Amino acid sequence: MTALGKLFRTTVFKLSIIYLLVFAISSGLVMGWMAWSIRRLIDEQITAAIDAEIKGLAEQYAQGGIRRLVFVVEARTRRPGASLYLVTNFQGLPIAGNVTELPAGTLEREGLIETAYQRPDSQVPDRIALARIFQLPGGFRLMVGRDVEDRETLSRIMSRALIISLLWLIAIGTFGGLFVARRVLRRVDAMNDATQTIMQGNINGRLPVTGTNDEMDRLAVSLNLMLERIGELMAGLKQVSDNIAHDLRTPLNRLRGRAEEALRSASSRDDYRTALEHVIEESDQLIRIFNALLLIARAEAGSATEAMAEFDISCIARDVGELYEPAAEEAGLRLECDADAPLTVLGNRELLGQAIANLVDNAIKYGAPLPLLAGADRDAKSRAREIVTVATRRNGAHAEIIVADHGPGIAEADRSRVIDRFVRLEGSRTRAGSGLGLSLAAAVARLHGGELRLEDNAPGLRVVFALPARAESEATRQVRDGRPATGSADENPRAETKAADTSAR
Amino acid sequence: MRILIVEDDAEAASFLTKGLKEAGHVADRAPDGLEGYAMARDGAYDVLIVDRMLPKMDGLTMIGALREQGLQTPVLILSALGQVDDRVKGLRAGGDDYLAKPYAFSELLARAEVLARRNHKGANGEATTLRVGSLELDRLAHTLTRDGKEIVLQPREYRLLEYLMQHAGQVVTRTMLLENVWDYHFDPQTNVIDVHISRLRAKIDKDFDTPMLHTVRGAGYMIRDSAR
Repeated sequence: MTALGKLFRTTVFKLSIIYLLVFAISSGLVMGWMAWSIRRLIDEQITAAIDAEIKGLAEQYAQGGIRRLVFVVEARTRRPGASLYLVTNFQGLPIAGNVTELPAGTLEREGLIETAYQRPDSQVPDRIALARIFQLPGGFRLMVGRDVEDRETLSRIMSRALIISLLWLIAIGTFGGLFVARRVLRRVDAMNDATQTIMQGNINGRLPVTGTNDEMDRLAVSLNLMLERIGELMAGLKQVSDNIAHDLRTPLNRLRGRAEEALRSASSRDDYRTALEHVIEESDQLIRIFNALLLIARAEAGSATEAMAEFDISCIARDVGELYEPAAEEAGLRLECDADAPLTVLGNRELLGQAIANLVDNAIKYGAPLPLLAGADRDAKSRAREIVTVATRRNGAHAEIIVADHGPGIAEADRSRVIDRFVRLEGSRTRAGSGLGLSLAAAVARLHGGELRLEDNAPGLRVVFALPARAESEATRQVRDGRPATGSADENPRAETKAADTSAR
Repeated sequence: MRILIVEDDAEAASFLTKGLKEAGHVADRAPDGLEGYAMARDGAYDVLIVDRMLPKMDGLTMIGALREQGLQTPVLILSALGQVDDRVKGLRAGGDDYLAKPYAFSELLARAEVLARRNHKGANGEATTLRVGSLELDRLAHTLTRDGKEIVLQPREYRLLEYLMQHAGQVVTRTMLLENVWDYHFDPQTNVIDVHISRLRAKIDKDFDTPMLHTVRGAGYMIRDSAR
């Protein structure tokens, strides 16, 4: 019963029933209308015939009086397939005709009437006729009618046909609905079973695909793709938590080690102080990693979108460039900033600032050129390579911030990998850093609907941080083309001017 | 100065109280928002240090209620929520500064002292000439002289020195400089601020006998007239 109940509850079955009802009602209406039309047609023909006969008989009466009428009626009733006739006198008694036993009062009715009657050869008034009563002068009445038994038979046949066909319709419809529902239900059940096993932890399970490429198959294929993606994400998450475990454990271990060592072997106040200072340093590094991870998580979850505003990204690039310029110099590099044209983006200023700062920080850390081995113009060459550039440019619909150095660069095979969290290439592990800088920049780019590209700067690394740019205003274009902004009604550059003021202070 | 700490974590509060007392301040503690509200309203404190998550009445609500009462005491908000949006919310609710946990005590102390001082001589920030010892910064002409000799500064060096001189005699941390001079709240990873300071120091101290710009170990920087 539950299996049947399940069948009855399926959408397919319910839909079949609804269609069945609609079809039954409409076919019933069509057949009913047909029957009614046929009946009306028959009635019209009968009426016309009766009227013609009455007219003829009335003429006979007018020419030969009641005798002639009786004579003609008598003659007509003897013909096979005759109409029904009745002539009565002023007392209402029949004089001639082939009709007896009319229901009382029938002769007083006017117009076209439908009445039961009895044939002279029958015992009961079991026939129905359509008739008209005609008043003749002298109190005589003439009734002419037609038997409508054929019409009634036709009606009965049609209604029986209607009922039987409806019964068949319902039977076939119900069974058809059940059959289709069962087919669909079987596939849904198979999908449900597969889902159950997946939910029980077998993430590698997939929904069955029959290969017919119907809508169920397409759904199953989409769901399978989704499962695939979830599997990838879970694997990624596992990878990340493994990495977090590793990269947090290392400094935690150092922290613990230092504290332990101080307890064990420190002999003076100064020893303790040094040890404690190291402990604080290590914990600061841990906090920094935590913050970076949180920031990445937030950027990836898209929850920082509420703090989005429009501003000039070139202004931030200049700010960051200016902030890092002395640090670059200290590292023996020259930082050049080429970000004069205003470039409006919609974004989170702090996150974008942090992302660009990370890129510049990386360029300064790893962008020192490899020493050139020999060559006459060695000095000039190496000086030209001691440059880190921060530039902004509009590239179609994108605002691009480009941070380029002439350091050793990153091999093509490693480029997509370094964006992953905690990935630090050989040779960089010894330097300070969390391995999260590029991941954060990439996450921030994704949050803003942009991307982070690593390219070859031949030699060196060029990082392109691309964001969707806001539409270029007229004034902006003029500034870019070197003409002064006219200070027209264009309101857009106001924000940029303000931002530029802030940076100039 | 008198400082009120509104913090429900007893251990954190006792660290704070102890540290502030060692730095020569008077520190009281309220364990929840309602008591904090009452004490802050009646206690004539110079600075309130308020945790965001408090029992009975949360920190931001408490600050809002105090501000409605017309209390102008500067508030430093402490919070485990350190993100940019949370900071904005905190400042909008009436806070004057925002510090995310975990924080360095030196950072908190420096910020609290700056806040308290700002309230005491609010006019100082607007003075047209800032003087610290022999250093004189003309804020109208944007010129700096030491012992009457003019020193040329880059715009950012000017802003840096201006901020330091506005808080002369007080410790100013690296993050405070990044926030107030550059208007960024992010973590610059490397010691970029230190390099800017050493450039500034080269300009104002190098050719003179007494240094003015001091590094405060483990905390930050301070400009002060060492002759006195």
